[in-house]
Amino acid sequence: MTQGVAPARKTTYREAVRAALREALQRDPRVLLMGEEVGAYGGSYACSLGLLEEFGPDRVRDTPLSESAFVGMGIGAAMGGLRPIVEIMTVNFSLLALDQLLNNAATLRHMSGGQVGVPLVVRMATGAGKQVAAQHSHSLENFYAHIPGLKVLAPATLEDARGMLWTALEDPDPVILFEHTMLYGLEGELAADAGPVPIDRAAVRRPGKDVTLVAYGGTVGKAMDAARALAEQRVDAEVIDLRTLRPLDDATLLASVAKTHRAVVVDEGWRTGGLAGEICARLAERAFYDLDAPLARVCTAEVPIPYAKHLEDAALPQVEGIVQAALGAVARHG
Amino acid sequence: MTTSASPAPAVEAPTREHALSLLRSMVRVRRFEEKCAEQYAAGKIRGFLHLCIGEEAIAAGVMGLLAPGDAIVSTYREHGHALARGLSMDAVMAEMFGKLEGCSHGRGGSMHLFDVSRRFYGGNAIVAGGIPLALGLALADKVGGRPGVTACLFGDGAVAEGEFHESMNLAALWKLPVLFVCENNGYAMGTALARHQSQTNLAMKAQGYAMEATRVDGMDVLEVEAATRHALAHVRSGAGPWLLEFVTYRFRAHSAYDAERYRTKGEVTEWRKRDPIALFCHRAVEQGWLAADDLTLLEREADDEIAAAVAFAEAGTLEPTADLARHVYAEGSP
Ligand SMILES: Cc1ncc(C[n+]2csc(CCOP(=O)(O)OP(=O)(O)O)c2C)c(N)n1
Ligand SMILES: [Mg+2]
Repeated sequence: MTQGVAPARKTTYREAVRAALREALQRDPRVLLMGEEVGAYGGSYACSLGLLEEFGPDRVRDTPLSESAFVGMGIGAAMGGLRPIVEIMTVNFSLLALDQLLNNAATLRHMSGGQVGVPLVVRMATGAGKQVAAQHSHSLENFYAHIPGLKVLAPATLEDARGMLWTALEDPDPVILFEHTMLYGLEGELAADAGPVPIDRAAVRRPGKDVTLVAYGGTVGKAMDAARALAEQRVDAEVIDLRTLRPLDDATLLASVAKTHRAVVVDEGWRTGGLAGEICARLAERAFYDLDAPLARVCTAEVPIPYAKHLEDAALPQVEGIVQAALGAVARHG
Repeated sequence: MTTSASPAPAVEAPTREHALSLLRSMVRVRRFEEKCAEQYAAGKIRGFLHLCIGEEAIAAGVMGLLAPGDAIVSTYREHGHALARGLSMDAVMAEMFGKLEGCSHGRGGSMHLFDVSRRFYGGNAIVAGGIPLALGLALADKVGGRPGVTACLFGDGAVAEGEFHESMNLAALWKLPVLFVCENNGYAMGTALARHQSQTNLAMKAQGYAMEATRVDGMDVLEVEAATRHALAHVRSGAGPWLLEFVTYRFRAHSAYDAERYRTKGEVTEWRKRDPIALFCHRAVEQGWLAADDLTLLEREADDEIAAAVAFAEAGTLEPTADLARHVYAEGSP
């Protein structure tokens, strides 16, 4: 990842997203930001606060509650030469635009024999943790990661929140960015001149030799906490942040497992038919003889996310569950 | 038959040259599609084959008035639109034969004809799914300060979809240069208009969106032209979108074959009396715009072109299966 030389300053994930949006609007007149509440309200997660005032209503466009129409319009605008950033409030509502994303954005290039490109970026919030119950909490990244023709990103750090957007905008194909709602308040240091980052590879967030913890988006922090807890028990965990959910960076995963011989995949999606299952399948196919223990998954319980705090906590992957899964893996000797 | 908010624009007598070009356009489409049906029966064309026989006046009248800089988004019943827009018969026939030389290199087939060089952004086979794309193309033209209008074609069935209503609202709200063209052929597959619409005057739908609209006899190519010319001038002036409802009829099955249980033979016979080609020919000869043998000459001319297109398609090549994964992402993309 590019690390600026300018001094680091304190910021938040939300501010990093906003800085990325501002930079994109400044840098390229073809960029528009469109979506529900992105303008006057300042963004439902305040990511675009101030941008309407700064760039005006032609560049920062509040849309009606018409997910299908404004996502489809973003696709058409990208076909017509613009570089739209479309914000969908949350992944839960993106289902109303799934037709456009799958049947148009992901297929037009292929169906037209390579003639139609859709350089569109769609951002949306995802994930649970705020007690907003079963219609506002789901992690459906896997729905999109299933689709050839899309690229799917999950920025989990300030650097990625700041840097993935521009790289995505330069991509000739549709890119979907998932921002976990629990990350918006994440504080940390970011180089003042932090800039674009690659969007085609995973990152090792913590090197280790005993077990690989694979995570993305909202679960990266939990995997890091689990690695710290494991260190106290003298288990040296390596943490991989997938960053890009499609295409998956198999090389980084395989290299890690070749070293640790064990893997625990953490995924806020449901277990059945999920991304964690896909990663396990790839490891089973290509790293079978490197493995010293069965692969393990820590996923969201197979329930619609409940409202009550204790139930919501119980439904989601938690640090303790990750630690237990990792200890289970290292307890087995090859 | 023009009703609704806007008065009927006057129909003017065409010059001989213009009458010939309208008739030629309709005859090319009719003869081409008859040949397609034959090729379908012969097993050369597979999949779905939606013929617009009976509806040619709309393709000829609307496409003929569009400028090269205008864009088109159509449906799966788009052979007529494509030919009238200037796609070559060779490329369209080769596409239906699944050949590399086809206008979508064999990846699209009958329902997905594309030619970006002519701003023909495809047949879309999701009912109403193309409508939001038209908004986006129009937005890109508007933002880019280009005079283009996007013609968005769809059937009466699409009017029941949410994407139609979302898009009507958004296009009117943002005054986007979209010409909405509804080909109301009285049926969505086997469902008659009165069995799927509470308000069967589809032009009236525009009132709810503060949009201009006209209901026009879609069997009369001069009426089609006059209404389109009038609406286009409005859209091109920047005054916002316009909905044209063309009342027409499909003489053939929904797709290649169907049992046509949903309508009576008598109804088809009645509508065939208003065949747009026969209607125009009769009037043109009566009025002295055309000579009695012009139709035969044009048919012969079309048949020669069609024979050459079939030969071209036959001689076309099949893309190697090794190239299967091309055009999912931009060439050279990771
Ligand atoms: C979203 C969606 N639903 C259902 C279908 C299946 N289908 C294909 S064509 C059609 C009828 C559409 O009728 P209309 O819009 O009037 O167009 P026409 O075929 O008459 O030209 C249906 C239901 C589809 N392709 N897309
Ligand atoms: Mg119809």
